[in-house]
Amino acid sequence: MSTRASATGELRARARPRIGDPRSPARRLFRRRTALAALVALGILVGVSVAAPLLLPLDPDEADLSQVLQLPSRGHLLGTDQLGRDLLTRVIYGGRVSFLIGLSAVLLTVTVGVPVGLVSGYFGGHVDLVIQRIVDFLLAFPGFLLALTFIAILGIGVLNVVVAIAVASVPFYIRLVRGVALSVKNQAFVEAARALGASESRILTWHIFPNCLAPVIVQSTLQVGTAILTAAGLGFLGLGVKPPTPEWGTMLGEGQTYLLSYWFIATFPGLAIFVSVLAFNLLGDGLRDAFDPRRHD
Amino acid sequence: MGGYLVRRLLYTIPTLVGVSVAVFLLVRLIPGDPARVIAGLLATNEDVDRLRVELGLNRPLYVQYALFMRDILSGNLGISALTRTPVLIEIGSRFPATLMLAITSTVLATGLGVVAGVSSAASYNSWFDYAVMTVALAGVSIPVFWLGIMLMLVFAVHLHWLPAGGYGGPDHLILPAITLAAFSLAIIARITRSSLLETLEADYVRTAQAKGLPHRLVIYQHALRNALIPVITVIGLQFGTLLGGAVLTETTFAWPGLGRLLVGAISSRDYPVIQGVVLIFAVLFVLVNLAVDVLYAYVDPRIRYG
Repeated sequence: MSTRASATGELRARARPRIGDPRSPARRLFRRRTALAALVALGILVGVSVAAPLLLPLDPDEADLSQVLQLPSRGHLLGTDQLGRDLLTRVIYGGRVSFLIGLSAVLLTVTVGVPVGLVSGYFGGHVDLVIQRIVDFLLAFPGFLLALTFIAILGIGVLNVVVAIAVASVPFYIRLVRGVALSVKNQAFVEAARALGASESRILTWHIFPNCLAPVIVQSTLQVGTAILTAAGLGFLGLGVKPPTPEWGTMLGEGQTYLLSYWFIATFPGLAIFVSVLAFNLLGDGLRDAFDPRRHD
Repeated sequence: MGGYLVRRLLYTIPTLVGVSVAVFLLVRLIPGDPARVIAGLLATNEDVDRLRVELGLNRPLYVQYALFMRDILSGNLGISALTRTPVLIEIGSRFPATLMLAITSTVLATGLGVVAGVSSAASYNSWFDYAVMTVALAGVSIPVFWLGIMLMLVFAVHLHWLPAGGYGGPDHLILPAITLAAFSLAIIARITRSSLLETLEADYVRTAQAKGLPHRLVIYQHALRNALIPVITVIGLQFGTLLGGAVLTETTFAWPGLGRLLVGAISSRDYPVIQGVVLIFAVLFVLVNLAVDVLYAYVDPRIRYG
């Protein structure tokens, strides 16, 4: 019995390398310079956005009609918009809105998608059949179109944008987690847990769920980028947050009107979206490689 | 093949029914009184009541759905609340513009994406590979509409090489098509590269290499055909992304297609038009994926006999 216990202990040690171990995902992630740079960049971007009220003297929503459409200068580093609002201030405050939307949308998606996927994959049968038909029909709509449709129903606003994005991304999570649950539910360690009398909910939480963590973390990192892009797209169409809330896509859409003479209004919010999404994608790719070093992308 | 085709066709029916239910519920899910919302702010109570009867919103839900399906199947998508024109006519007049944009972008994204992915994998870990993958990463991170605006700024506003927007000759198509293709091109390049690299590790490829075949021959004659199979699925899925992207691209370039019709309809709460466009987009997406699955089975015998 004791030799058996030590044998499983050894197996577990082999399967779950610690951080110092060269095989550990964290170590592999930190070895990749691009992923590390992305992590640092995100830390700075999110940090500056959160601390915006402490760092910036100006109000992002206060119009100053004597300062309308000023070119970038020492007083206004990125210039001012059509209502004389400081663009740097609005771009930074816009980060608060975009990151808030991106992170909450993913949080909501994970909260719904992971349990549903687990139940669907683990229990199978009628439950699985019903859930998968719902997933099928959600997937019959192109993602952005689904988000647009939900905005058409719910109306604009931060919360509605979060819900719309979550609805559009939840089928992918259900599929992902269901796949993992299906692939591990008949493995020996699950049967062992069942033989020892573990309840279904205990097996799901402690034996099946941990196997989903790696793919869900990778998917969620990439998904924050996608969510920011979707939110910006809705904002660009005038179907995102309510004005005057500074949101990158909305600012860009307003700026396009002045493109001929005032290029900077549309340029800087777009650059902010691009850099943030790029950072989330780099980090997500880095995490995927770290968890699965055999992949080539 | 015949059996697979029939099964796959039958499998499409529940999906299409699901789509119709979703589009049907779209109007019924509006918070508050849908008739009041559709009628608009200026409508009187009588107007709202008349509209409720006109749309059948006063009848039981299953009767409403039956009527809705009867209308759709007979080609009646309702009347635009804004222009009082039949929705089918509104859609018909804009469909060619969207189709042209979508097809051009698909061809562009597929052609360049596969070439970029294959050459990237063929020179794995070289500076070329890194350059292609860096551009591809930028391609999946860049907001479609921002890319469009930047292209417009450079090629239309500053260089005056191409028109900034609108619909007309082939020169009007260039910037919107590049803008719309960028994201899918990047995805297809990434998938092609990783799929080819994976295939190159297969035993039969190692055999081909071991018997001394030239590197190029191994890649193009042996590995590429299998490596492209997953790429076909991605192209089908990308068509959906393209339809979503078309909404943004058309708005950026004032392209008179279905996407712009949809955005205008959402802004003015013209629900019959919203329903119609969403229905067309979803049906189109389902049919393209059906075609992709059929193509897939044709290319890969393991699927039709599996």
